[in-house]
Amino acid sequence: MAIIGNPKYEARVNHHLAKYETKRSAVMPLLYIAQEEYGWVNSDGISEVAEILNLDPTQVKSIAGFYTMYSEKPKGKYWLHVCTDLPCALSGADEFYDWLKAELGVEDGATSEDGLFTVEHVMCLAACDKAPMLQCNFRYVENLDQDKMRELLAKWRQEAAQPVLADE
Amino acid sequence: MHILLRGRDIANIKELATYERHDGFTGLKRALAMTPAEVIDVVKASGLRGRGGAGFPTGVKWSFIPQHEPVKYVTVNADESETGTFKDREIMEENPYQLIEGSLICAYAIQAKAVYIYLRGEFWDIGDQLDACIEALRERNMVGRNILGSGYDCEVYTHLGAGAYICGEESALLNSLEGYLGQPRVRPPFPAQKGGGLYKEATVVNNVETLANVPFIMREGAEAFKAIGTEQSAGPKIYCVSGHVKRPGNYELPMGATFRELLFDHAGGPLHDNRPFKAMLPSGGSGPIVPLSDEVLDTPMSYEHTADIGTIIGSASIIIMDESVDITWVASKVTKFFAHESCGKCTPCREGTYWLDKVIDRILDGRGSAEDVKRIADVAENMAGATLCALGDFAANPIIHTIRHFPDDFAQHVQA
Repeated sequence: MAIIGNPKYEARVNHHLAKYETKRSAVMPLLYIAQEEYGWVNSDGISEVAEILNLDPTQVKSIAGFYTMYSEKPKGKYWLHVCTDLPCALSGADEFYDWLKAELGVEDGATSEDGLFTVEHVMCLAACDKAPMLQCNFRYVENLDQDKMRELLAKWRQEAAQPVLADE
Repeated sequence: MHILLRGRDIANIKELATYERHDGFTGLKRALAMTPAEVIDVVKASGLRGRGGAGFPTGVKWSFIPQHEPVKYVTVNADESETGTFKDREIMEENPYQLIEGSLICAYAIQAKAVYIYLRGEFWDIGDQLDACIEALRERNMVGRNILGSGYDCEVYTHLGAGAYICGEESALLNSLEGYLGQPRVRPPFPAQKGGGLYKEATVVNNVETLANVPFIMREGAEAFKAIGTEQSAGPKIYCVSGHVKRPGNYELPMGATFRELLFDHAGGPLHDNRPFKAMLPSGGSGPIVPLSDEVLDTPMSYEHTADIGTIIGSASIIIMDESVDITWVASKVTKFFAHESCGKCTPCREGTYWLDKVIDRILDGRGSAEDVKRIADVAENMAGATLCALGDFAANPIIHTIRHFPDDFAQHVQA
């Protein structure tokens, strides 16, 4: 596993490097690539991003630590960000999130025992008219209730159980 | 018919051909036939003010850019992170070319080298869609070199943030875009000045909704825009309604429509017929809360009229609470937001939000005293005005104004 020399990322890395006046500006998009490659922002990813951008790994790590969308620890295959901010909470998001944590048997910020789901409460996601809602791996899932969520969890569990082709 | 949320009137306006069939890029073509200074004059004359919350006159902002500087930038603030705001998302999802057209008109007016659209990280799919739009425009010679044969060159790029409210603050946004921590800068120099903007070059930072108004202004003229709204608040506005109403959502109405019209005629009134409205945050978590009295309901939603009732229209993220809501809990929710989102640079905000959160938790747990309520008001008043950016003031607002308007909600939790 690597970013540097990996044909999967070459075009994207070059696109981001060409976009900005300075190499350093590409640190955020490259950290997303590191997260995609390793599943979280680990020290290998930090080092590679630093090498590509001629930065010190400490500088890259400070950026990864500042922003909430970079995970500095391993997370589940499905990373669920549940909004419990005021407008969503007025529409039942706190109760929904408490139920979801119980359903998965996890605390806030933790990963389910099967390694599939990491759940976190987050601040406003710009979907206040469609609460309760969450993002799964940064994609919107809106207008939720317990029934819909049970169906989704079943779907994701089934999806995760499918054998993955070797070249994927 | 909508001016901004045109996706609701015209199917497939997110496709370039459809957008063009409905007057798309007519505004840009008109701008390119004028001098940059003339374009700025039209936007000034329209009375358009910034829709991100501050309400600064857009044309005036553009005119601050020193024309003699060789390198200038436009940065689009698409970080949309204010609690209760979801309007820029709908513009970009359903009518993306209108934002890009507005951005290009702005870029031409200040002769910018490039436009960077700074999206909040959660707008991953919007970023992909905008990238596709930019490539479609490049093929049609509306992005890149010699745009439509005008001799003007401009690139347009997207950039994804990664989860930080503070990056909606313009100087923090610029730091983030440069690959530094998203923390505010000391001003002056301001972004419009050499040394203060992106890569130290003069830069205009405008909100998505602000720029989405510009194609209409160029196409229909400043007078047509001024004919909508009030004297000091021209044009249409998208109001994001959330909380205890029957039909939450985005509503595009002229500036100056009343809260009553928005909340009853459009949003359907109280969610539960037997629970009247109690309070409203008209500008998300950051603006002063107000009781939803008849006087407030009959107030026009404009920059000048909301000042009369002691609040702001800001970005118009209107959060409605009915009488079942304990306002102490609201203060806690909003304070937790700011405690989480404080970037940590300025001590009053970093420490203030942390301790406010602790003490409000204590009050809500029934372990607080009347002294604690005075204490949080005192902490909040000492934060306001003491920080590099407005987040410190925003975080003070929910405390100061909830206690002012709803003292009984606090008193019920504490012993005298």
